[in-house]
Amino acid sequence: MDSSQLLGITTFTYMFSTVLYVAILVFKAPKLGGVATVFTALAWLVQTAGLGLRWIESYQMGIGHAPLTNMYESVVFFAWTIVLLYLLIEWQFKTKIIGAFAVPFAFLAMAYASFSTEISKSISPLVPALQSNWLIAHVVTCFVGYAAFAVAAALGIMYLLKNLSPEPGETSTSFSSRFPPLAIIDDITHRVMVFGFIWLTAGIVTGAVWANSAWGTYWSWDPKETWSLITWFFYAIILHARYTRGWSGKTIAFLAIFGFVSVLFTYYGVNFLLSGLHSYGSS
Amino acid sequence: MTLLTQIWNFFSSVKLAIFTLCAIALTSIIGTIIPQGESAAFYIKNYGEKTAQFFQVLDIPEMYYSWWFVGLLGILSTNLIICSLDRFPSVWKIITTDNLTFSPERLEKMPNCQKWEFATDKLDHIQIAGLLKENGWTATSRQFGGNELFFSQKGKWSRAGVYIVHFSILLIFVGAIIGHFFGFKGSVMIPEMGSTQKVFAYKNAGTLDLGFEVRNNSFGIEFYDNGMPKVYRSNLTVLEDGQEIVTRDIEVNNPLTYKGITFYQSSYQGYQDFIVNITENTSGDVKSFNLPFQKQMAWKEKDLQFGIINAEAVGQRVVRAKIWFKSGENPPSAEWLKDNDQATFTSGTKEYTVSAKQMYATGLQVAKDPGVWVVYIGCGIMILGLYMAFFMSHQRIWLYKKNGSPVPQLWLSGSANKNKMAFAKIFAQLKNHIEQQVQR
Ligand code: HEM
Repeated sequence: MDSSQLLGITTFTYMFSTVLYVAILVFKAPKLGGVATVFTALAWLVQTAGLGLRWIESYQMGIGHAPLTNMYESVVFFAWTIVLLYLLIEWQFKTKIIGAFAVPFAFLAMAYASFSTEISKSISPLVPALQSNWLIAHVVTCFVGYAAFAVAAALGIMYLLKNLSPEPGETSTSFSSRFPPLAIIDDITHRVMVFGFIWLTAGIVTGAVWANSAWGTYWSWDPKETWSLITWFFYAIILHARYTRGWSGKTIAFLAIFGFVSVLFTYYGVNFLLSGLHSYGSS
Repeated sequence: MTLLTQIWNFFSSVKLAIFTLCAIALTSIIGTIIPQGESAAFYIKNYGEKTAQFFQVLDIPEMYYSWWFVGLLGILSTNLIICSLDRFPSVWKIITTDNLTFSPERLEKMPNCQKWEFATDKLDHIQIAGLLKENGWTATSRQFGGNELFFSQKGKWSRAGVYIVHFSILLIFVGAIIGHFFGFKGSVMIPEMGSTQKVFAYKNAGTLDLGFEVRNNSFGIEFYDNGMPKVYRSNLTVLEDGQEIVTRDIEVNNPLTYKGITFYQSSYQGYQDFIVNITENTSGDVKSFNLPFQKQMAWKEKDLQFGIINAEAVGQRVVRAKIWFKSGENPPSAEWLKDNDQATFTSGTKEYTVSAKQMYATGLQVAKDPGVWVVYIGCGIMILGLYMAFFMSHQRIWLYKKNGSPVPQLWLSGSANKNKMAFAKIFAQLKNHIEQQVQR
């Protein structure tokens, strides 16, 4: 058993988790809830083992480093964090419906990591610029933030779907009637976004410290840096509009989705559409 | 309304903040699409004469340093300062206020309020302060006639969190400004065994005097088995007035700082020259030579002649070189040597150890930034402030012991400025705890 097998299994189990959560929703089978949770938690444990094993394997190859150093590894970590966050939310707020929206993000990330021909899955040694503990701090903080924003976007989608359907009570058969109340979704979205914001802040800071220790400039306005700042501003704007101008509900739901588009562009689009220092992401 | 108050109101509004943040975020996109810092010719070639001219007017090639972008940052800073000055006093009041001034209406209007009535004077036996302490609340109290008011709070400083975040942004700007005016960025190439006292300032701004001398003793690259670079390493010595002060290896991510100036390993250049070391094994005499490719050299005292007659390179890096060696009238010999390897030549009765290494220049980034610690402190307190603003809340509770007529009462009220659901739970627990105590 090697790490790529474990991570391959993870991809399929997350797909199956997604199916289970969607089934709860569509077939109104809340009894499946426990199954879905247990299954997802197991899949997450398998992924954790896969990441751990990949770490060990890198040491066996004599180039030991945490599995957080290239596009493939970061996407896997992204999926791992999404599921962890989701499970924590499920546990905190005692609702399984969010799973049907959040877990697919983890599945899509894993599927992309596993099947895309653009990214290399091999464990490769670190070029000198990447040999820094700040790299680990930077990747972990950024991706926890990104994962939170993914979950916030999932909640945004959920909010809008529920908002589309007629008032509850009239048609309790509509599938979104099982969603938590709009106010609760709104509240969770906000909390998750705030959580993401603080991690993204830490991600930008650790990136700046790393750049300074490697090149002597903490900020050089390269496209990736600038996009992370744009994304950061975007969420700062949302927080202010909500806190001081009372925006909420549909507007925030839309913005949560747009914010995640900005995250995706920062994380992925920049590597392929713009050029810059962070070229490691494209290998 | 005077002009001054108008200006004040303009700059203290959050609307302006949202507008400025949007403007900065949106205009920042331009610089990620249009390459920055290229030559004028580049823009003419890629965007046409007219557009390039327009770019020059708006400083697009250096947009993050342009008058209008810096102006936006200036508006943001002014906005932050005025807005904070405008609002902080009232927050300060909340933080430092005396919460033991009593007004019954205020306690009754709290989102969480509970009243108990007592038929007897049982109320006197309840140890309010101790009871609160058991629940983690440290209370202060004050008498009002025969009545007593208890107050306890947690996290009052979290009210300042937002202001700490805003202050940290200003601090980061200050750090950046200090770096801009009192620091510099430059670069320099130093050949092995060479030294310099000057570096080239960024963006063709001339040369800068270091005030001391830096020597490159050696430069080396190591590779992984798969050919990827593993380490770039320079051994540098700092000299003042010819005196060696420090000697150290630097690598990427591990720079050398001396007198506030930091040297970063950033690039290298391979030369066509070689550094040849020859040891006469019997006597132990050693000498180094800087030998150009395909030139002949001599170590006269030992009557030796040598040269590099051929070399194989990958890119600009020599993998192996063929060294030619002749001692006195003995027949010459030649041998392929891997870069930095050594070989033994025997001529007549004498043995020589010869090593040959390609000569490199190390490329250093040189930076002085006295503002960087201000920026780092700003970043640190920003995260602290965000934590305070988001994850802490100001929770306050009051207990009012109302003796006498018609019946003794005990009131419990409380409020929190954030995360009200969590506080409602805390309040309910406290309420239950008090009820249990009272019944006993
Ligand atoms: C990038 C810049 C900024 C960041 C990161 C930032 C951050 C924050 C944060 C985290 C909050 C707390 C929101 C909440 O609790 O949900 C906040 C609130 C606030 N911000 Fe900013 N801010 C920025 C710029 C500004 C500017 C330029 C202004 C200028 C007016 C401003 C005015 C305010 C106000 C008035 C509040 C509400 C404070 C209160 O009433 O408690 N912010 N900001």
